[in-house]
Formats: sequence, C-alpha cells, structure tokens
Amino acid sequence: MSVFDGLPVWIAVIVAICLVAGAAITFVGTVGLARFPTFYQRIHAPTLGTSFGAFFVIVGSMVFFTALEARPVIHEVLILVFVLITTPVTLMLLARAALYRDRAEGNDVGADMPAAENRSARSDVGDTDQTGL
Amino acid sequence: MRRVFAYPVLWVALFGMWLLLSRSVAPGQLLLAALVSTIGCWAAVAVEAPKSKLRKPALVLKLIGRVLLDVFRSNIAVLQLTVGRRAPRSAFVTIPLELRDPNGLAILACIITATPGSAWINYNARTSTVLVHVLDTGDGIAWGEAVKHSYEALLLEIFE
Repeated sequence: MSVFDGLPVWIAVIVAICLVAGAAITFVGTVGLARFPTFYQRIHAPTLGTSFGAFFVIVGSMVFFTALEARPVIHEVLILVFVLITTPVTLMLLARAALYRDRAEGNDVGADMPAAENRSARSDVGDTDQTGL
Repeated sequence: MRRVFAYPVLWVALFGMWLLLSRSVAPGQLLLAALVSTIGCWAAVAVEAPKSKLRKPALVLKLIGRVLLDVFRSNIAVLQLTVGRRAPRSAFVTIPLELRDPNGLAILACIITATPGSAWINYNARTSTVLVHVLDTGDGIAWGEAVKHSYEALLLEIFE
C-alpha cells in the first residue's frame, strides 16, 4: 500500500465518506428495484445509482487522484455526463416496450390518455422516431 | 469549412472532451482534439442531426443549477420511499408541451429521467404530449404543471 503513504488522513477520510455514501445510495437503489411491486415503479429505483450514487463515487475519485498526483484531476466528470445522457435511452426502450405490451394486452396504463391513443400505439413509435426521441 | 462550423456547440464539446480525456493541453493534443471534433461534426452532418440555435446560452447555467437542486431533493425522496414502509402513490401523467425543438425535447427527457422518481416514457409528436411516470405524487396534474413551469419555460427561452 505504499502508493497511499503520501496521502493525508483527512483526504482519505473524505474519499472514504464519498465512496461509502455513493455505494450506499446505489445499494438502496437496487433494494428498491427488488422491493417495488410494479415494473413502472421499479424503473425509478436504479436512477439513484446513476445520479447521486455515481456522483459521490466520482467526487471521491476526483479528490483522491487530485491529492495523489498534486494536480487537478477532473476528467471523471465525463463519466457523469455520459451516464446522464445514456440512461434515458435504455430506460425509454424498456419503459416503452412495457407500455406497448400493456396496451396490446388492454391493461389500464396511462388511462388519462385519449382512447384513440391506445389504438394507435404503434404509429406513436414511428412518430417519435422521427424526432430522434 | 461551412460543414465544420455547422455544429459549433458540438465541436466545442468534442474538443473539450478530448482535452479532458487526454489530460493535457500540449500542441499535439490540441491538434488531435481539433481533428476529432471536426470528424465528429462531419458525422453529425452525415446523419443530419437536428440543429438548434441557443438564444440565451447564459440561461443554461440557471437550468443546470435548478436540475442539480431537484435531483438532490428527489434523491432524498426516493431514498426515503425505498427504505420506508409507505407505499408509493405512483401515477402516469400526460403533459402537453409547447416545446418543439428536438434537442430541447431530448434535454427535457434527460432531465426528467435523470431525476429519480420520474421517468419519461413516451413522446407523441402528433399531439405534442409526453407520458411521464411519477413514482410518488399526490396530484399528478400539479406535478406536470410544475415541470412545465420550472423546466419547459426555461428551455423555451433557451432554444426558441
């Protein structure tokens, strides 16, 4: 562990707090994934891991390497940016697959939508693709 | 050259990303960064990525601040819901949107999805409505109004 010898204790404490906080938030997110009863509720829980869970781990990493290399290390910010941009893609893919299936099976989903929407669920997909969303 | 400057924001973003990744501002890296961002912009031209004008770029900072605050609040709310015993009162909310800009909509989708407790499910371009699933809300319509008020208004100012 000679690499860590030059690290002041107070920095090690900050890094440890950040890592434990990030890991704990992500863990609670996965517990939520298992605990919530319906699919649409379950997709919310893992976003804890992609927001503040990732944020704390990244801050810990930035503090640690900035102190270790004695120069600012901030390129981890890119991880947060990429996670924020890419999460909606998979989430929408999953959620819309579930929505399409629920509507096809005639389940009461998004009941506040006009009735015509349920019949044209398929053409919705085409419309939305044109806008890139 | 016109093609290179078709997406100035993308060019600057790619340039910055390369410098961050290489962690240096040596002349060689600057040259590589310029090359990478130019190729990236060519790719964007090739796939005809939708272009937007940033009317008020300064407001982006205000938007980021608002998003961070909301993400912080909803993190705590979802943490409490996950650990606590109370069952979440989840609901589908349909929000009519005035925002038409594709990039603006993409950013709104990222914001709503990145915030724990709300997920952007389906955008309907024909009716300009978006279906959002909210994990815990007492009043779905008021929730939608809050989103329109705090985010859509700001995005409309930035993009349109």
